[in-house]
Formats: sequence, structure tokens, C-alpha cells
Amino acid sequence: MNGIVEPMANDPVGLKPPPEIERGTSLWRDAWHRLAKNKMAVASALVLVIIILASFVGPYLCAQSYESQDLRLGAVPPHADHWLGTDTLGRDLLVRILYGGQISIAVGLCATAVALTIGVLYGTVAGFLGGKVDAFMMRIVDVIFALPFTVFVILLMVFFGRKFVLLFAAIGAVQWLTMARIVRGQVMSLRRQEFIEAAEALGLSKLRIIFRHMIPNALGPIIVYATLTVPSVMLLEAFLSFLGLGVQPPMSSWGVLIKEGADSMEEFPWLLIYPGLALALTLFSLNFLGDGLRDALDPRAAKD
Amino acid sequence: MLLRVENLRTYFHTRAGVVRAVDGISFTLKNGETLGIVGESGSGKSVACYTLLRLIPQPPGRIESGTALFGGVDLLHCSEEELRGIRGNRISMIFQDPMTSLNPYMRIGDQVIEPLRIHNKMPRAEAFARGAAALREVGIQDVEKQMRAYPHEFSGGMRQRVMIATALITHPEILIADEPTTALDVTVQAEILELIRKMQRERGTAVILITHDIGIVSSFCDRVLVMYAGRVVEEASTEGLFYHPKHPYNQALQRAIPALNERGTALSTIPGSPPDASKPARGCPFAPRCEYAVEKCQTSEIVLKEVAPNHHSACLRVQLGEIDLTPAHAISDRIAEKTS
Repeated sequence: MNGIVEPMANDPVGLKPPPEIERGTSLWRDAWHRLAKNKMAVASALVLVIIILASFVGPYLCAQSYESQDLRLGAVPPHADHWLGTDTLGRDLLVRILYGGQISIAVGLCATAVALTIGVLYGTVAGFLGGKVDAFMMRIVDVIFALPFTVFVILLMVFFGRKFVLLFAAIGAVQWLTMARIVRGQVMSLRRQEFIEAAEALGLSKLRIIFRHMIPNALGPIIVYATLTVPSVMLLEAFLSFLGLGVQPPMSSWGVLIKEGADSMEEFPWLLIYPGLALALTLFSLNFLGDGLRDALDPRAAKD
Repeated sequence: MLLRVENLRTYFHTRAGVVRAVDGISFTLKNGETLGIVGESGSGKSVACYTLLRLIPQPPGRIESGTALFGGVDLLHCSEEELRGIRGNRISMIFQDPMTSLNPYMRIGDQVIEPLRIHNKMPRAEAFARGAAALREVGIQDVEKQMRAYPHEFSGGMRQRVMIATALITHPEILIADEPTTALDVTVQAEILELIRKMQRERGTAVILITHDIGIVSSFCDRVLVMYAGRVVEEASTEGLFYHPKHPYNQALQRAIPALNERGTALSTIPGSPPDASKPARGCPFAPRCEYAVEKCQTSEIVLKEVAPNHHSACLRVQLGEIDLTPAHAISDRIAEKTS
């Protein structure tokens, strides 16, 4: 924005805008202020930052390696040397959780970001243009929806080899469908709102209407659905890994750890509890942050 | 002539059939004039005006025929880009419901200056100064603070004021007001109409006022189109319309206005309901409800003809001089009050 302008010498109406307005006011800026007032959201954001930092920096600070085994030790409950215990191969659980967090968080956030971008753009275009274009675009969505996911992933792996990026691509390719449907529905209902007609009557271009008027109004449901997408992506990744299509040992992810932990939860419950806690904590924080963001972005929800 | 509309037809192609929402209307608008378009719901008055700016959803809507010449440009056939340059810049619109015609996610200030930003490419700070001045002109107090407020913090009347400021900020030549006061209570109605009139007087803007309130027409418009079933049935100056009605529909409408000084008599109503616009019938569309209708009304071709100087009527029997209509007192009294 070319918001900052010299104080006007030849002010046509003889008044200067107050400095606060001059800086430019955007929805995001307001939302940020409102979000900062929401204690739960701020706490959740902090927890998320800590989890992310711990996952990406933590493993390098620990004495143990995620892959070094100690078969003589085997599975031991938490104690001074291994704070969260070890798994059946004697590998330190804390490091494995931190290391697995890298994969889970990366997959969760990246795939959601991909789904969000494609879904929002696709859904907005379909909903805004309507008619035959919309019908055609949504039939494509239906067709992709109808493809069995596992077959789709296996095909991808067969053609492009087993690459980690493909995991993002595969999950993103599925998750954007629902997002597109949700956004399309939102946009279609917004399309008939009077303020959109008013914006058209003011001579705004379609792009400007979409970005300035439609997407901000559809943000609430988009954000809520995005925060719901992150956990389902993490679980999908676990499912793919379980089939041998995702992360391979000795690498790990939360999904894989939970899977392993669930197999032996009667003898070694800590193997399920701690990875489960890590996942739950992350998802809780994401949901609270998502709720906070939704409220912060809605000027009507502001209490001051 | 500022605007000349000829033979405008807008049909909606729905599953139930073709709805002839606007079926061949013509009118003109002079500089600085106030033209009222009255008619009941579904008479096509709003669709006609939306069509002028091509704001009807297409499909299902379709502009079947017509031209709308505005400064040498045919609004119905010019390019989308040319039209965008006219919308909100040279022809502005205000809508019926101020509660829903502002974007709830945008600050008032940002919405008011949007036309300046897109049409005049005005820098933000300068546009804000103009926006503040415009809001002050429509009677918003404490403008600097209010520009940073969101629409939900405003009352209906204030929002309509914001809409008016937004519509007029680019100094358009035509303001189309689509039932601007329907959603407001009576005292606020009067204020808003007064405001539109004041802005019009100061700037010489021509106004097209769409309303179903014939009372508003009497006190506000220079000239009136009465629409029924997608057609113009009578066109006259306001005085002509009320003192010398030339169409039974107009007369019936006037009789249906409650008068203060006629106690104890039952209020007159128009029996029946408007025809189904998807089933076009031959003859006069008002004939089934008309107390003067005779057989030829149902069978003859009906056209709008000048029956007195600058007074057009689509009533066959009036055109033939067979019937003479009388004004109702309620409105002519009001006009007398206004002119005295």
C-alpha cells in the first residue's frame, strides 16, 4: 500500500487524515490486535512455537540419536537417562518423538497449506463464476474424490519413485477437494449478498471483489476447516507409513510412533502415551489458535 | 438528454418458463431530474434499473432487446470494462437494505473511499480526506472515529447515509436509488429522502427513485413511471399523475392510500393479484383486476400513447376517450401542501 503520504499542502478539503488512518488499516492488522487479547490463542501459539522449536532444534541438542539401538536395554519406562523411556529396540523415546515431530509437523502444515491454497482458489472461482464453469469444475472434484486414495498414492509412488515430497503431493491432492467444496458453498451464498452486488455496482473488478470482499467474508469457515485438516493430514501420513508408503524406519513420525505404541500398549504403555500426548497437545493448540483466529478475523465478535 | 432507454426487455429463463420481468419499457432522464418508478413487487421496476448497469445475474436473466444511451455509450452493449468505468463513477446505486449492503469485514472508511481508489486511482490519504468530507456531508458525527468503525456498529439510518456518501463520492451524473427507505423506520425515511434531495440539489445529480410507496413519489419526484407486469402503464409529471390519473391502475393505487380526513369509510383495495409474468396474455395485463375493463381490453394490442401533453397512458379506453378518471383526495392534498 502506498499508505504513507506527505502531509498535504494543497489539501482539497482543508483537513488532514488522522495519523492512525494514514498508516493504512487492514483486516489482518485489526485481527492481530484482537488475537493478542485472546489469552487461550496466545498460549496455544506459544505451545506450538515451543513444540516446533523442540522438534526441529531439540534432536541436535540431545545426547542420544533417534536411530541408535540398545537391544540389551530393551523397553524401559521413563527414568533419569531416558526421560520418556525407550522402545522395544532400546531407542530413546524423547528423541524419537522430537524427530518424528519434524515429519508430522512438516507434513501437517505443508499439506494443509497446499490444500488451503488450491481449495480456496478453486472453490472461489467455481462459486463466483457459477453456471456451466462451476458445474464442470465441481465434476472434476467429484471424479478425483471417487479415486481410491491408496491406489492413487501407490500409482504416484510407482511412477515417480518413493520420494518424501510425493507424500505432501498425495495428501494435498486429496485434502483440497473438501476445502474447495466448502469455499464454493460460502462464495455462492456470498455471491447473492447485497454488499457484493453493491461492490459490483461500484464498478469493482471481479478479482478485487473476490480478494477484498469475498475471501475475507469466507475466512471463518476456511480457518476452522484448515485447523481440522492438520490432524487428519497427520493421521493420513501415519496410515501411509503403516502401509509402507510413507516414512520408513529408522525415521519416524508421530503417526508411526502411535501405531507402534498401540501394538504394545499393554506391556509398555509409555510408548503410546507420550507420542499420543505430543500429537494431542499440538492438535489442541492448533484448534484453539484456529478458533482464536476466526474470532479475531470477525469484527463483529470483537468485545471492547 | 442524459439517459435514453428504449424498448428494454429483460427475461429470466427459469425451469418454470420464461419470466418477462421487464417487457419493453422506454423512458428518458434529463440532467438533474428526479424520476420515480413505482409499481408493486414483481412489476419489474428494480430489474429495469439493474439491467441498466447489467447487474442482473446472467443466466438466468437475459437482456432480450433494447438500448440505453448514456453520453453516447449504449450501456447494454458496451464492453464490460467500459461499463465498470461507469458503474459507481458516473452512475451510482444505493440499495434497499442498508443492513446488508455494506461489507461486514471492512471498515466504514475503506468502503466509502473504494470508488475513489478504483476510479480515480486516488492515493489513500487523499481519498480518506475526501471520504471524511463526504461522510460529514451526509451528517455523520465524529467522522475520524466512525471511519475506523465496522458496519455492525452503525444503525440502519447511519448505514444508509454511508451508502449515499459512497454512491455520491465520485460525483455521478445519475443516482439510482432502489427503495432506499423501505428497510428504515418512518422518521429515518424522511431524513434519508431529505438528504438525497439536498445532495441532488447541491450537485445537480439526476435521481431514479424506485419505490412502491406512491406517497414518497408525490413529495419527491418530478416525473413518474408507473409500472405493472413489466410494462410502463402510465408516465406523467407528478402533478399530472395525481391530479389527472389516466390509467385505472394509478387511480386504484391512489384510492388505496389511507386518508386522514376520511374517517369511517372502508379503505379501497385492488382485488386480485398481478398476473404471472411467465404466462404472457394478450391485451392489457391489468384488465383482470380493472373495474373499467371491457372485452376489447383483453383482445387488443396495448401500447403506451400520449393522451395529454407529456402524459402517456397504456389504457385503451382512456386513449379512446371512453372513460374519465378522477383523482383520490389523499395525495392531491399532500401535493397541494407541498407546493403551497
